[in-house]
Amino acid sequence: MPARPRLAVWKFASCDGCQLSLLDCEEELLSLAEAVEIGYFLEASRKTLPGPYDLSLVEGSITTPEDAERIREVRRLSKKLVTIGACATAGGIQALRNFARIEEFVSAVYASPEYIRTLDRSTPIAAHVPVDFELQGCPVNRLQLLEVISAFLTGRTPAIPRYSVCLECKRAGTPCVLVARGTPCLGPVTHAGCGAICPGYGRGCYGCYGPMETPNPPSLGRRWQALGASERDLHRVFRTFNAGAEPFRRESEAHGG
Amino acid sequence: MPEGHVPTAGEAIIDREGLQALLDALGARGFSVIGPRIRDEAIVYAPLRNVADLPEGWTDRQDGGRYRLERRGDRALFGYAVGPHSWKQFLFPPRQRLWQARRTEAGFDLLEEPPPSERWAFLGIRACELHALAIQDRVFLGGSHPDRSYAERRRDLFLVALQCGEPSGTCFCVSMETGPKASSGFDLALTELLGDGSHRFLVEVGSRAGEEILAAIPHRSAGEADRREAEAVLDSTASRMGRTLDTRGIRELLQDHPEHPRWEEVATRCLACANCTMVCPTCFCSTVEDHTALTGESAERTRLWDSCFSLDFSYLHGGSVRKEIRSRYRQWITHKLSTWFDQFGSSGCVGCGRCITWCPVGIDITEEVRAIRSSLLEPTHA
Ligand code: SF4
Ligand code: SF4
Ligand code: SF4
Ligand code: SF4
Repeated sequence: MPARPRLAVWKFASCDGCQLSLLDCEEELLSLAEAVEIGYFLEASRKTLPGPYDLSLVEGSITTPEDAERIREVRRLSKKLVTIGACATAGGIQALRNFARIEEFVSAVYASPEYIRTLDRSTPIAAHVPVDFELQGCPVNRLQLLEVISAFLTGRTPAIPRYSVCLECKRAGTPCVLVARGTPCLGPVTHAGCGAICPGYGRGCYGCYGPMETPNPPSLGRRWQALGASERDLHRVFRTFNAGAEPFRRESEAHGG
Repeated sequence: MPEGHVPTAGEAIIDREGLQALLDALGARGFSVIGPRIRDEAIVYAPLRNVADLPEGWTDRQDGGRYRLERRGDRALFGYAVGPHSWKQFLFPPRQRLWQARRTEAGFDLLEEPPPSERWAFLGIRACELHALAIQDRVFLGGSHPDRSYAERRRDLFLVALQCGEPSGTCFCVSMETGPKASSGFDLALTELLGDGSHRFLVEVGSRAGEEILAAIPHRSAGEADRREAEAVLDSTASRMGRTLDTRGIRELLQDHPEHPRWEEVATRCLACANCTMVCPTCFCSTVEDHTALTGESAERTRLWDSCFSLDFSYLHGGSVRKEIRSRYRQWITHKLSTWFDQFGSSGCVGCGRCITWCPVGIDITEEVRAIRSSLLEPTHA
């Protein structure tokens, strides 16, 4: 049997949800273990193997000086590096610090702020090292994650479309909640991948997959206003898990500092 | 199934029980009936068995980017226009596996998809939708490479058309000469009559299969008064169109102005979300996705609805040709109203209004054409 490709899964500032998506692949986990050699995946096993790794999956954003160094080392050890989730691709919810003074957060949260050493911004992995593929989502969709891994193992392009959630919503036959109920929905500016879960339950999308390929948030923002959204609503809705993604950051700032 | 208009004994009249008998007769002949039903606050196309499944007493109010169900003052079963679904979802499924492959000792085995096991009857297909169906027939079945999956699904269709009694605020079939009267391409056609206190349907026969079904259900032949009432329904619908589109010289109007400033303007509003293409009953574009299993032991190919609003749609080596939303909107409307004539010999728009209603920001195909046309009439802009 030829040597199996060695896989590593790394964690930076994150909630572990994306790594859990991988562990969630119950049925496929066995084939994954057959197809790759798990070299480093602390969430799954304490046993580690040394690099280089054929494929590294990176979860989390860079928020400390140590992590800014560590990601360089991970990149050096990885033939291919794929970032997974809103933290790794956009800075995550912790990128809210980018819009405030970090000292204030630190002193509000920690009893002994003097022990905390952190960067004043949370940044995506691609801001630090070259990345071979970014998989968006908070958390990522496990089937998409398997698709990306399979694609990298076979050397093909992952079938991960970058258009809007609306395509998936319409293919699912869900009547548009924005049009039929006047429910504000971020689907038109949001990256596909979830299968349009929220509209399927009669709710608006709140953008957890981050921006689609060519988003037009100002136009959708005007539509939301016509539906009754306030400046504050718009400011806040674009400032969640993907607050650090450029098109969402700009739209949020357009509706208040 | 329709083989052109078959001369018959003339129109018939059925009542609500007759309509139920029609559903039963179709069921007994092995058809799964699909028709209008309320789901998630909209009227969609879904399987049904009983008259009671129909949206009795409901109507829809539609405008750009807006759709609401409302109560009518009567017991009409078909008192609304078209909704977010179109019939294309049944003949050209939004997501469809084309084949699977399994690795073997010698190479690999290809597993083809079995043909569909269901035969459908569409209840309530309207004139504009019959035109859309004819257009998709040309797209999928015309030429030297007919689409097998579409052909299999299309072959056994039974079509019960509905003569529209209630146009929506975004309908413009009169402008497109596609409605409101369905005059061919159906097996049976119903006109809902609510006048003089009796609820009944005028039935026109369009094929031998339709004739056979009508013979099997209780009916009486239509009288002059019934016919006049049915005509009045269509006249009233035609006079209440929500939108109009001036189609004179439209082919040149769009093809000759690729740099018109309106494209830039519409791009400030258009989200490139692709909703207009998903809901359009004539849009036929698809992409294929290939997936391989982790172990490399199997692979499969899936066909799914795609849209000219996605970047990958125009991806050639090195990048997408239509990077700007401006060029994607221009591509879409120009194809619908102009280059479709060059490609398929007709307009690609049947005036159903779906793209207007279901555009989240209410971009209106009729308004965009009007804006370009009127700008050219102004002497300052030529
Ligand atoms: S419900 Fe949201 S995601 Fe679905 S089509 Fe409407 S705007 Fe798009
Ligand atoms: S918020 Fe949007 S992207 Fe996230 S799961 Fe819901 S529909 Fe999908
Ligand atoms: S372009 Fe719009 S109005 Fe014309 S057929 Fe398509 S959805 Fe209907
Ligand atoms: S015209 Fe409307 S529905 Fe079509 S892509 Fe643009 S915003 Fe979406």
